[in-house]
Amino acid sequence: MGDWTAISGNLLYAAFFIYLIATFFFAGTIRDKKKGKSRVAGNIGITLAIIGFLTQIGYFITRWIASGHAPISNLFEYTTFFGMMLVFAFIVLYFIYRVDLLGLFALPIALLLIAFASMFPTEISPLVPSLQSHWLYIHVTTASLGQGILSVSFVAGLIFLISQVDQSKRSKHTVWLEFVIYVIAVTLAFIIVSSSFSAMNYEASFEAPIEGQQAEITYNMPAIVGPYQGELISEGSMSPFFQAPEWMRGEDAAKKFNTFLWALLGGIVLYWGTRLILRKRIAAAIQPLLNKKVNPELVDEVSYRAVAIGFPVFTLGALIFAMIWAQQAWDRFWGWDPKEVWALITFFFYAAYLHLRLSRGWQGMKSAWLAVGGFGIIMFNLIAVNLIISGLHSYA
Amino acid sequence: MKEITCECGHVNPEGTVLCEACGKPVEQNQHIDGNEDKKLLNMRYDGSARRSQTYNRTIVDKVWNFFSSVKVGVTLIFITVVASAIGTIFPQAVFIGGADPATHYKDQYGIAGQIYYQLGFHDLFSSWWYMLLIAMIGISIVIASIDRFFPLYKTLKRQKPKRHELFMKKQRVFGETKSDAIDYETFKTNLKKRRFKVYEQDGHLLAEKNRFARWGPYVNHIGLIIFLLGALLRFIPAFYVDEHVWVREGETTLIPGTEGEYYIKNEAFTLETYDKDDPEDAKFKEAIENQDGAIPKTFRTDAVIYERTNQGVAGADPELETIKEGSATLNNPLKFEDFALYQASYQLDEFSEMSFKIHDKDDEDTNYGEFTVDLTNPQSTYELDEGFRVEVVNYFPEYEMQDGQPASVSKYPKNPAFVFNLYPPGEETPETSFLGIGANIDAGENNQYKLGLTGFDTRDVTGLTVKKDHTLGIISLGGAIFMIGVIQGMYWNHRRIWLQPRSDGAWIAGHTNKNWYALRMEIEKSIEGTHIEAPQDQYEMKS
Repeated sequence: MGDWTAISGNLLYAAFFIYLIATFFFAGTIRDKKKGKSRVAGNIGITLAIIGFLTQIGYFITRWIASGHAPISNLFEYTTFFGMMLVFAFIVLYFIYRVDLLGLFALPIALLLIAFASMFPTEISPLVPSLQSHWLYIHVTTASLGQGILSVSFVAGLIFLISQVDQSKRSKHTVWLEFVIYVIAVTLAFIIVSSSFSAMNYEASFEAPIEGQQAEITYNMPAIVGPYQGELISEGSMSPFFQAPEWMRGEDAAKKFNTFLWALLGGIVLYWGTRLILRKRIAAAIQPLLNKKVNPELVDEVSYRAVAIGFPVFTLGALIFAMIWAQQAWDRFWGWDPKEVWALITFFFYAAYLHLRLSRGWQGMKSAWLAVGGFGIIMFNLIAVNLIISGLHSYA
Repeated sequence: MKEITCECGHVNPEGTVLCEACGKPVEQNQHIDGNEDKKLLNMRYDGSARRSQTYNRTIVDKVWNFFSSVKVGVTLIFITVVASAIGTIFPQAVFIGGADPATHYKDQYGIAGQIYYQLGFHDLFSSWWYMLLIAMIGISIVIASIDRFFPLYKTLKRQKPKRHELFMKKQRVFGETKSDAIDYETFKTNLKKRRFKVYEQDGHLLAEKNRFARWGPYVNHIGLIIFLLGALLRFIPAFYVDEHVWVREGETTLIPGTEGEYYIKNEAFTLETYDKDDPEDAKFKEAIENQDGAIPKTFRTDAVIYERTNQGVAGADPELETIKEGSATLNNPLKFEDFALYQASYQLDEFSEMSFKIHDKDDEDTNYGEFTVDLTNPQSTYELDEGFRVEVVNYFPEYEMQDGQPASVSKYPKNPAFVFNLYPPGEETPETSFLGIGANIDAGENNQYKLGLTGFDTRDVTGLTVKKDHTLGIISLGGAIFMIGVIQGMYWNHRRIWLQPRSDGAWIAGHTNKNWYALRMEIEKSIEGTHIEAPQDQYEMKS
């Protein structure tokens, strides 16, 4: 058993690095001066992406063997799988449209997702009774595939925006685009900060009242914000600058808030550091690199096509299969659980996207912004609903 | 009806924007699709005459036009999205574990919770205005679909290969070829190879494929409507039963919602947890150790279902006949007839029996007699062989001190306590004792005897949901039709290519309902070896 777990872990590492190298090759395609002239870098890139994907499939299978159930049962496993589905969706759309730039943006997003996933407990965990069903495999994999395909829409939308937003003057578009980049920086900062402190084995313990009982809370990062009425009991740890407000109840609320603050601050450092070096907006710095390669109409169509393909898959997996399973496990196919509601919101949002595009001619910029918004909703459902809004789905 | 006769001879209904047969723009109606002063024609519904764009006089027209507007539909969707998102900020009232919403939200979430409650967001998804939003989306789906489907269907059915010049020129994909070597036959062969249907009229060509993809949206809307109607049927009791029953181990009880017809006996309730020392679960060791409490593995009720054979005989004891033996676990409900029993909740170790003995106050080893109390059905007095008599003065199934007085918070024996009157043989004045688990308080200083707990039995209680749902079939049908429609509309593209012979060559034009880049690729492949020049995309994206 231990062997399979180790093999599976190594395969995931390998896949991660292969994706990373593939990204560099896709970056190399920017240097090909004229469209379609040299395909060498792109071909190597997509080959590596496929190898990486197969390696990650290897991780998936070996972990399945090790645990005896499909590894999609907690936040780490699900997010990793989501990254894998994003890569898969990218490969499919790459072969329809052959846009090299898609790889340059899709793979880093997948890398971020996988790295982000690794910040959560990675040990193999048992299935609670409600998860012991074949629908776990069917529902979760399909929903995740749908989200992966929809995410490619975001990737293409982002390429469209970076290459098309007028950077000569400050506008709503430039501000929001920088915000999107800042959010990506926050994710990166979260990964860097948590893995650094966990490598240092940092701990700071507090004693604080939880539901009327004194409880010990251990932070794995220096406390910027301490628990409400908490007292630092470990020696040599940094004392917090302020206390969490009273309404942040629950054992981990203040701890999560602290981690969030670290990520926000780290994001500011990363974002502004880069911006000061570049001396211009980040998107404005990337734009000239893309302009030669981007055919806006094509990128717009890729973004839309991803929604057209992903929407039915998402509906099937995240709503229909979900309802069938919920009917079996919880005696009702729909119960307005937060995760269900957010899946419905995602469905409504993309339905609106399709109506606006097909019937009101929203293309280009508007469509790209909607794709970004849709991805925001997907990530909110993945992260915020699991970590902040608790419900039946908070298995992680 | 003011019909419009086109120069091609076709008679179009009132409100037509582009002639159904030849596509010639009907001059006085160009404002309807916003075609005036535009380089390209709006081809969204092929310029067909839609009711919503034609009439706007009566109240009916206005209501119809309101609901058939996509703008209105999308606005309704966005309002629903925002409302639903707000509905997840705090838990809905059904998830707060039976607490009183009036105080719960204020206590837990402060002023924000109070506002949330007062605005009714705590019960958003069954509020009248949320239902109204969903209903309006439903109406919008029906009206918008009818408004567009029939005209579009007729137009595509009546279209002719021979198109008006303006129609050709104002297509998004359009090209002129000046050549006398155009190979029409190769072009036709190429198109047929690419699974186009090719129609011909006086040398004019129309190649078309996947028209059925245009019906996808209407099919999926039908599915949605069936789904919503199915959900609506749940308000009718004959279609839908949703009850809950607690059954103690060993107990037989009537299943609610079955009109006295079915009974259930709980043979056993089993809760298994993962055990890190069990070799089978050893792989989960780390996760089990990291978890505060035990991780449950199985919740299972083994049960027998009985049917009452003497139903309707008032007052008679039920005569029961076994119809099913089986178990209910999460994910595997126990099904019988129209009903399904779902493992929904449980209560472990409820007390079923308690045994007591009488001994000297100062010497626990003495024994003046024992008796056992059945907690679901305690007797009022217990006569002991040794001549002692014990009277149950008060029984608290779930005992708690409230304002200095003993009280019971429920009728379930979760923490039983008693007040006993003990009559020693021949005595008329009793000694009073208070007795509970871990609470043996002397009621009187002068007591000579004392009661002691010698043993107890516990049993588990299972909570089952009783469901009958005849709407599931309708809802599933709606879901299936929706999926078919979405796939039909999203995974296929309706494409048309027109070729018009000219004195000095030919004109080519193309239309698709989506994915224009892919359409141009398709045209480029179809014109290989035909001397037709690739058309241009005349659309300029406004970014």
